[in-house]
Parts: sequence; C-alpha cells; structure tokens
Amino acid sequence: MGDSIKKVLSPIGEAVTKGDWKTKVSLLILGFGQLLRGQILKGLAFLALEAAFIWYIADFGGKYVIKLSTLGTVATQKVGRKTVYGDNSFLILLFGVLTAFVIMAFILVWYLNIRDNMEAERLLKAGKRLPSNKEVFASLFDKNFDKTLLALPVTGIFVFTVLPIVFMICVAFTNYDKNHQAPTNLFTWVGFQNFEKLLSFGSSGIGRTFVQVLVWTLVWAFFATFIDYFLGLAVAILINKKGIKLKKLWRTILVLTIAVPQFVSLLYIMKLFANDGLINGYLMKWGWINSPIQFWVDPMLARITIIVVNIWIGIPYLMLIATGLLMNIPEDLYESARIDGATGWQMFRNITLPYMLFVTGPFLLTQFINNLNNFNVIYLLTQGKPLSVNLAENAGSTDLLVTWLYKMTVTDTNYSMAAVIGIMVFIITAVVSLVVYNALPSVKDEEGFQ
Amino acid sequence: MNTSYKKKRAAGNAVAYIALVIISIIWLFPFIGLVLQSFRSYDPAVEYGGMVDYLVPKHFSLDNYRFLFSGQTNFLRWYLNTIIIAVFVAIFQTIIILCVSYALSRMRFTGRTFLMRFWLILGMFPGFLTMICLYFLLKQFGLTQAGAVPGLILVSVASSGMGYYVCKGYFDTIPKALDEAARIDGATRARVFFTMTIPMSKPIIIYTALVAFMAPWCDYVFASYVAFGHDESYNVAVAMTRWVWTNDYQGYFTRFCAGGILVAIPVTILFMCLQKYYVEGVTGGAVKG
Repeated sequence: MGDSIKKVLSPIGEAVTKGDWKTKVSLLILGFGQLLRGQILKGLAFLALEAAFIWYIADFGGKYVIKLSTLGTVATQKVGRKTVYGDNSFLILLFGVLTAFVIMAFILVWYLNIRDNMEAERLLKAGKRLPSNKEVFASLFDKNFDKTLLALPVTGIFVFTVLPIVFMICVAFTNYDKNHQAPTNLFTWVGFQNFEKLLSFGSSGIGRTFVQVLVWTLVWAFFATFIDYFLGLAVAILINKKGIKLKKLWRTILVLTIAVPQFVSLLYIMKLFANDGLINGYLMKWGWINSPIQFWVDPMLARITIIVVNIWIGIPYLMLIATGLLMNIPEDLYESARIDGATGWQMFRNITLPYMLFVTGPFLLTQFINNLNNFNVIYLLTQGKPLSVNLAENAGSTDLLVTWLYKMTVTDTNYSMAAVIGIMVFIITAVVSLVVYNALPSVKDEEGFQ
Repeated sequence: MNTSYKKKRAAGNAVAYIALVIISIIWLFPFIGLVLQSFRSYDPAVEYGGMVDYLVPKHFSLDNYRFLFSGQTNFLRWYLNTIIIAVFVAIFQTIIILCVSYALSRMRFTGRTFLMRFWLILGMFPGFLTMICLYFLLKQFGLTQAGAVPGLILVSVASSGMGYYVCKGYFDTIPKALDEAARIDGATRARVFFTMTIPMSKPIIIYTALVAFMAPWCDYVFASYVAFGHDESYNVAVAMTRWVWTNDYQGYFTRFCAGGILVAIPVTILFMCLQKYYVEGVTGGAVKG
C-alpha cells in the first residue's frame, strides 16, 4: 500500500525537483509543456480543461461549495407582497457535491498532465521521438480505444447515478423533510439523528415499524426466490419428461407471462382478487362462501396472495433457465443411476438438484437481491396496503423497504428518512451478497462439477 | 420392454399431461379474462362497465376500443410516447452496453477491476433512492412534465452501462485469438470491434435490445414522477394504472382491459418472435451469475 502510494506520487516530486522549465510551468499552466514540445492536441486539451475548471469554479461552483458546511443561512422571506428568495439548501447541497467531484477530477487531470510531461521528457532524453498529434488521435481507436468506448457511459453513470447517490447519502444526514422544503425553507445537517429515529424503539422512533417492514422484506424475498425456484424446476422437469408431446406449446403458454407487460397482467390479477372481483364473485355465486374473501384487506392473507401471485410471475422465467441447464446434465449419470435401480425421486435428489443448485448458486443470490427490491409486484398489487395503525410513517403490512421508501419520497416528501432507508437497503444487500457469495459452493470449489 | 413398464410410463405421462393442462389453464386464465372483459361495454344502456361477477360479457361490444381511438383521451399519444421511449432506449442502451462490454472484456487498462467493483457496489443502492435528485437534474434541463419523454430516455440510457454483465459474458466466450490474429494483420481495435465482434454478436445484440425495449412498457414509477400532472407526456403504464385506481362507480376497468390488450399484443408478438434469443441471454446470464 505505502509503496504504491509512493509510486503514484513520485512523478509529482520528480517534476518539482528534476523537471525542466517546460514541465515546471506545466505545474501551473496545464498543457504548457506539451504545447511547446509540439503535442498540440494534448496540450490544447489540457489547457481547455484548466480553463473550463477555473470558469466553472468562479462562475458557478464556488458559491455553492463554500456554503456546503451550513447548507445556507439566509431564509426566504416575505417583504410586503413580494417573496425574497434566500439560500436554496437543495441547490447548495447538489451543486456543492458536484463541485467537490469537479475539484477531485481536476486534481486527477493535473496529475495526468504532470505524468505526461515527465514521460515526454524521458522519451526526449532517451533520444526517442514523441508521438505526433495524428498518432495520439489514432491511438484513441486502437491502444486507447477503451477510453473512447467508456467516456460516454462513465460520464452518464457519474451524472445520473453516482452524483444522485452521493447527494442522497448526504440528505440522510440532514433534516430535509416536509417541513424543510427548498426553496421556501432551509434545511441543514443533523448528524445521525435520522438513523437514531429509525432505530429507536421509543415513542418518538419508528424502530418497530422498520423491523416489521424489514422482516417482511426478508421473508418475502426468501419465499419469492425459493418457492419459484423449486416449482419452476419442477415444471421444467415435467415439460422435459420423455414422452411428453407439444413441449413447445407448453413452454409458449408459460412464456406469455414474461412477454405481456407486467402492469397489464398484475393490475388485472389485482382486480381478479379484489373483494368485488371475479374470484370472489364466482365463489359467492356457487355458494361456497357467503362473504368475499378479503384477499387484499387482511394483512396475512394479502401477504400470502402476493407470494402466490408471484409464483405465477416467477415460474416461467425459472422454467426457461432450468430447461436450458437440465439439458447440460450428462445423460450417462442418469443411465448408470437407472442401472443401479434408482427411482425417479432418488435421481432428482442426488443428481438433478445438486447439479442445479451448484450451477445456479450465484443466480439464486441475484434473484434474492432482486426480490428484496421487487417493486413492481408489490406496488401494482397492493401499493403496500393494508395500512395499519400500528405502523408509523404510513407503512402498510405488505410494504417492502423499497415501496416504503417510494411512498416516503412521493407521498410524504420525507426525503431524509427515505434516504436513510435507502442506505439501509444498501447495507442489507451488501451484507447478504458478501456473506452468501463467499459461502457458495460454486465459488468455494469451482471445479466441483467439471 | 415389458408391458408393466409401458403401462407405468403411460400412467405417468397421463398424470403429467393433466398437470400441464391445469398449469396452462391457470397461466392463461388472466389473459383470457382480460380479452373477454375488454369486449364488455361500459355504456350503462348496454352493460355495466365496472367490476362484475361473471367472465363472459352478456353483449359483445367494441365500445372500449372505440373509446380508446375516439380521441376522448390521449390514449394514442400515450401509446406513441411509449413507442418512442422504447425504440430510443433500445437503440442507445444497446450501443452503450456493447461499448462497455467490449472495453471490459477485451481491453486491460488501469482501473478496470476498480470500475467493475465500483459499479457492482453502485448497483446495490435501490434505484428509487435517487428519484428526487434525478427529477431535479432533469428539471434543470427542462426535461420534466412537458419534456418527460426525452427525459425518461436520457435517464434510462445514461446509467445503462452498468448492465453489461450478460453481454460481457458473451464477449468473453469469443476466442481472443481471433482478435489477435486480426490485430497482427494490422487491424485497429476499433476495426476489430466494428467488423468482427459486432457481426459475431447478433444473438446478444438482439437480447440486449429486446430487454431494453420491453422495460419502458412497464415503467410506472419513475415515469409517473417525471411526467406528473402532464397528461400528454404519460406513457401507457402510467395512464392505464391511473384508470385502474380510479374508483368511480363505473370504473375504467373494461377500458383498461381493452387498452391493456392493445399494449400487450405488439409487445407479445415481438417477444415471441425473438424468444430464442431471450432464452439464450437469460440462461447464459443465469449460469455466469
């Protein structure tokens, strides 16, 4: 670690102590050395980046970044009939974070500039020729093609994923909620107050609700993953069975579920199970029940119904995957088992299942993580309802952490608490992934089935 | 083969067929219901348009479809919005994923593993966390409400680089020796990418584009947030969901069914035609994790 830091920093020290005057000027004016050495393209690029940086800080970023520690102090006021806007905490935080990133990026550019200067000096001293402008440009499509390919995607991810995530992590440590809405009101840093509220079980905290939602999220993810997995496997085996005709037809029927947009099928199913829906309607008409079954009203029943409906969604997908994998199991394994007199069930227990679990271990993990965050199924079916008076912050009995987060953002505009929950989801996901991933047989013992 | 074995097998198959038929009925039922109910009129003079306790409508009617095309609502506009979003997202997302996958699969550069790990960690944050921030970013560029359609395209495309796993896995299976041979003959990386790798990757390109194309049809969450209150920028998912959740006495239920059918048919046909590629992509992705 220490060595690698030394190695990274050494060009800077070298440039200051041993660099020629062109390099030294480049410490302040980026691209200067390159320009004088004839590498116009590179030099101009560095110079333009420095100019853009100075312009950005002076004209835009600077005024936000200095207020970052307070998130603004001048409140919006009403003077007579006019509203005089003060500081906008939201903008200060967002652009403050952006500016912090821009500064870091500029330091990186500065470092690359120095390294490039030293490299050029070294080449010239060794009597070699510097790459011409044309060669530098051409390398973007050959040796440095990765930079060309990744420039746009990395920028996109930075602006639309990294920046928002860092911003929201910051929001978790502020009091940005419905009483502190920018631009009319200021919000400010509150430290770990929101986390304390989420994890405290006293009257002011929402710890009990959080634990209940968390437990249901985990229970849901567990059932949604494993029930679907085993039933999907069973259906795949059923269709693959020797002597079954029209294999393609059966598969196509199941695959319809994947093809039809979920909002259409799930909303229809939601109505199917409603109190005035078809299922209750028919059961009452046939005289099997007297009053509608409260599929979406009773908390426990709603949870079970969701899991059942999710089987309808999940099986086709797993059936497809399992079908492909089942064909990979060497047929001679089954043959020798059959000769030894194994029954179908024994073959499934000792050959099919271990093989499938081994191969699909990482997939099961991703499925579990996806189900932790399975927004569509829950939201389209119940929106987290039924609500309960025992739960704080409008949480419902079928709310997952993500749907709760969504409701907090959209309905309650309680952004700081939503951010805290988002961080919790991240922590849970990360812990589950790390622990399970390292315990997977296919990771521990890669050669197991080869 | 003796007869008892044959009998046993025939009995086993019979059970399997019965199970398959039951499964098929369960899986098809919602779609059959959807189709049948879309032909039930919402006109009180003909039939009740809300929730009823029978499956087959008493009178066959095209009222719902007529309503959708009559211009009383922006249905055609919503449909067009969704198609525009889906097409653009499919094109750009595929291009970006191909670029990222090639760079990560074929090139070795400083920060490569860091980038992959960093993206993996980013993916562990729930997507909706950043909704307000994204909304605000889009608003700065005027891409909310009236501009929601390009805004949604931008957001979907911008972060798509992180979904490179399946495609990179596919590229990893193309022998590197091919690349090297071409490079020895003087081809640049870019040439190898455009003239060799891409033509060889038809299945994965179709898979990537198909998945990207299907997603916007279900996008309710972010689309409803960005287009909030501006009817003309809704996509079908937002608009139809609103119909179902409106609980007036007649309800828009049958109209939702008709709209749902119109949405589902083209998407389903497309999916069924390209099913082969989808299965390949999904299975490949599952095994590699």
